[in-house]
Amino acid sequence: MSTSSAALDHSHDDHHHGPAKGISRWLFTTNHKDIGTMYLWFSFAMFLLGGTFALVIRAELFQPGLQFVEPNFFNQMTTMHGLVMVFGAVMPAFVGLANWMIPLMIGAPDMALPRMNNWSFWILPFAFTLMVSTLFMEGGGPNFGWTFYAPLSTTYAPSSVTYFIFAVHIMGASSIMGAINVIATILNMRAPGMTLMKMPLFVWTWLITAYLLIAVMPVLAGVVTMMLFDIHFGTSFFNAAGGGDPVLFQHLFWFFGHPEVYIMILPAFGVISAIIPTFARKRLFGYDSMVYATASIAFLSFIVWAHHMFTVGMPLAGQLFFMYATMLIAVPTGVKVFNWVATMFRGAMTFETPMLFAIAFVVLFTIGGFTGVMLAMTPVDFQYHDTYFVVAHFHYVLVPGAVFSLMAAAYYWLPKWTGHMYDENLGKLHFWMSFVGVNLLFFPQHFLGLAGMPRRIPDYALQFANFNWISSVGAFLFGFSQLILLVVVIKCIRGGKKATDQVWEGAQGLEWTVPSPAPYHTFETPPDPSLIKDQ
Amino acid sequence: MLSKAKLWLSLAVGTLLLWSTGAHAAWELNMPRGVTQISRDTYDLHMTIFWWMIAIGVVVFGVLLWSIINHRKSKGAKPASFHESTKVEIVWTLIPFLILIAMAVPATRVLTAAYDASASDLDIQITGYQWRWEYSYLPQSADEEEVSFFSTLATSRDEISNSMDKGENYLLEVDNPLVIPTDRKVRFLMTSADVLHAWWVPEFAVKKDTVPGFINESWVIVEEPGVYRGQCAELCGMDHGFMPIEVHALAPAEYDEWYAEQQQLALAEQELASAELSMADAMSQGEDIYNRSCVACHQAGGTGMPPVFPALAGSEKATGDAQVTIETLVNGVPGTAMAAFGRQFNAVELASIITYVRNAFGNETGDLVQPADVNAIIEGGQ
Repeated sequence: MSTSSAALDHSHDDHHHGPAKGISRWLFTTNHKDIGTMYLWFSFAMFLLGGTFALVIRAELFQPGLQFVEPNFFNQMTTMHGLVMVFGAVMPAFVGLANWMIPLMIGAPDMALPRMNNWSFWILPFAFTLMVSTLFMEGGGPNFGWTFYAPLSTTYAPSSVTYFIFAVHIMGASSIMGAINVIATILNMRAPGMTLMKMPLFVWTWLITAYLLIAVMPVLAGVVTMMLFDIHFGTSFFNAAGGGDPVLFQHLFWFFGHPEVYIMILPAFGVISAIIPTFARKRLFGYDSMVYATASIAFLSFIVWAHHMFTVGMPLAGQLFFMYATMLIAVPTGVKVFNWVATMFRGAMTFETPMLFAIAFVVLFTIGGFTGVMLAMTPVDFQYHDTYFVVAHFHYVLVPGAVFSLMAAAYYWLPKWTGHMYDENLGKLHFWMSFVGVNLLFFPQHFLGLAGMPRRIPDYALQFANFNWISSVGAFLFGFSQLILLVVVIKCIRGGKKATDQVWEGAQGLEWTVPSPAPYHTFETPPDPSLIKDQ
Repeated sequence: MLSKAKLWLSLAVGTLLLWSTGAHAAWELNMPRGVTQISRDTYDLHMTIFWWMIAIGVVVFGVLLWSIINHRKSKGAKPASFHESTKVEIVWTLIPFLILIAMAVPATRVLTAAYDASASDLDIQITGYQWRWEYSYLPQSADEEEVSFFSTLATSRDEISNSMDKGENYLLEVDNPLVIPTDRKVRFLMTSADVLHAWWVPEFAVKKDTVPGFINESWVIVEEPGVYRGQCAELCGMDHGFMPIEVHALAPAEYDEWYAEQQQLALAEQELASAELSMADAMSQGEDIYNRSCVACHQAGGTGMPPVFPALAGSEKATGDAQVTIETLVNGVPGTAMAAFGRQFNAVELASIITYVRNAFGNETGDLVQPADVNAIIEGGQ
């Protein structure tokens, strides 16, 4: 053995060293914690960028008339805001949490496919640079809405649409790789004793989300490729003049788009299911039913896509099918909400920042669910469709829904990530400013939609003026409050009260058995099976 | 404590002031009940499902609030140990399911009624264009002329750019409103000439996409005469927010009178197309139309917004061969935002626009284009 090559010696040394120094640590890392951190920072940066676009929109809508931007630029802002928030902020943030937490929760040393993990992160900054750079191109960036309906996005699109298509391809590739990694990790790398029905719900929801991603991202890739062919190679998939069908685009898009909605909310359910039992000091109510409800929602998400298209002129039978199937989703979603409330009922609650965000999630997400049931009713949807009522609905499930769950997760696990407790006062300030801001921002939009304001317009009739300025005030309050989170995180990384391993009195699960901050390598040997408890 | 009380007081006063200043229905909270049977049924469905949601919300949030107040550690609460109950799970799966069935039944009934567009008294084809609507009254007998016109935003650009006070119907007014009779079944056949649009009038509870290459249908029986307003509801490009819908519902007798008048006008228009246009008329009518229909892209002064929307001032196409100018306007430029306007305006209007463009913004060709020149191109193209 003494003649073994230098290379072997070197790899032997590698095994014990910590993170590399300098930029190469981040460029070449295959460590799930580093990659998780990069995903989280990237998504926060995109959150601020997408938020800036939203503030341009709300500034323009503060008063009737055109004040700040041209209608064409306004359309670019609505498009970019949607794309950046969905693909740049929410999805990567959940992938970041998955990277950090899944190995810690199932007692695995790392993700199953660490090199692919590095690649799936590092192509994202390129994708978004490409996409955002279109704003500076001749003719401007994508201006056809984040749903990019053909033929507005094909025959009538600015020439930068090709860059947009390429960027979407890269994002899709990143998501698919991330999803494969999550599935491979969960199915193969659980510690002995970690049976499927003992996995934390965050792991379960991510497993199901990963399957959704693998099923629908290729459809998105397909639909943008068909656009590419229509634009450059003379095909007519979506061009009626050549025998194509613009509505086909919508069927394909929403076959991706509806499961996509659940891709953004199922991991949030997992986060909330971890936080509420911790701060209620009581086991999650109905663990099994939570797992089954998640699976049911995922299945139903594949057969409801055309409820986004009730006004395209489908036959009556189609309308009825999609109405019934959509209404059905309320059942498993209701089960989840009831279970969370039952968990809090007769618990011993405290209200640290993660719990505040989690409770706000339960209430405000449920309001978004209520409007969802209303929207499912086809004849009434004719009145709601493409109005601010829809804008209010999906922002309620996405902002105080998905985004609040991300905030909750950040506060919940920050002590484990950094080894320090965050500043609780600043955290609570952040919560209350966000809570007031988000409701001021989105609640009046229900009224605007019902009173008849269409979405995606840069200017509006005078009867919409009052609720619009209230909404805009809320937007700026909510937007600037997010800088508090930045301050909290930076403060927490630099120092603060030392966090214990357990961190939270009522916390359960393997991630709380490792030191705070979690060492660079964890679970190099599997955890003691007695640490794995029933959920 | 005093300062807190003061804060609340000033907040309350501020809110009151706000409410009192917004006098003209600007605080509307709910959807209109509308003026058709379907719109009232829709409204009732909306309110029923709304109250169901409120009821569920009161129960769920009530239990949540109760727990937050009473089951907190600071009050010495000790956590219970229960964590599952199949019975409870079955109950709260079944109850929502039954509520949903109770809602699905009336929803199915209303939807089925809304889908029955048969046995109409009158058919109107609605075509969406970037960014105006075309209404064509389909002739019911061979001796009728087809009545067809475009309906474009009438709000001036000065109001939109805030250099003029905004009128009462800001952004909801058009030059030529759609006119329909009350108490008759009017069927709408909807399609589009370019991208997707959606024709929506809230008081009718009618919202339908107009899809190029396809025809969708919808219908109304309006019960009260009046003016009803709506907007395009599907993102259709730059001026999506600026293509409103205005419908005038007239009593049947008044409608018949209006329709007979339109028949006369349609005949007169055919004669006009063969008439000679004077330079002054062409320039003034051309300027009028330009400011309504062209200015969004080509801008006041014909400066355009290059490179997407080319300038007209001094441009080759506007100052060169008049045939080229006519062809560009009539047939559009494929692959760009320049639509084919040949069908959107009559020959007199087209001739006026072309004359204006060729003689305004410092383009001094001195040409006077006649309706006959335009018709030659339109007919030659067919």
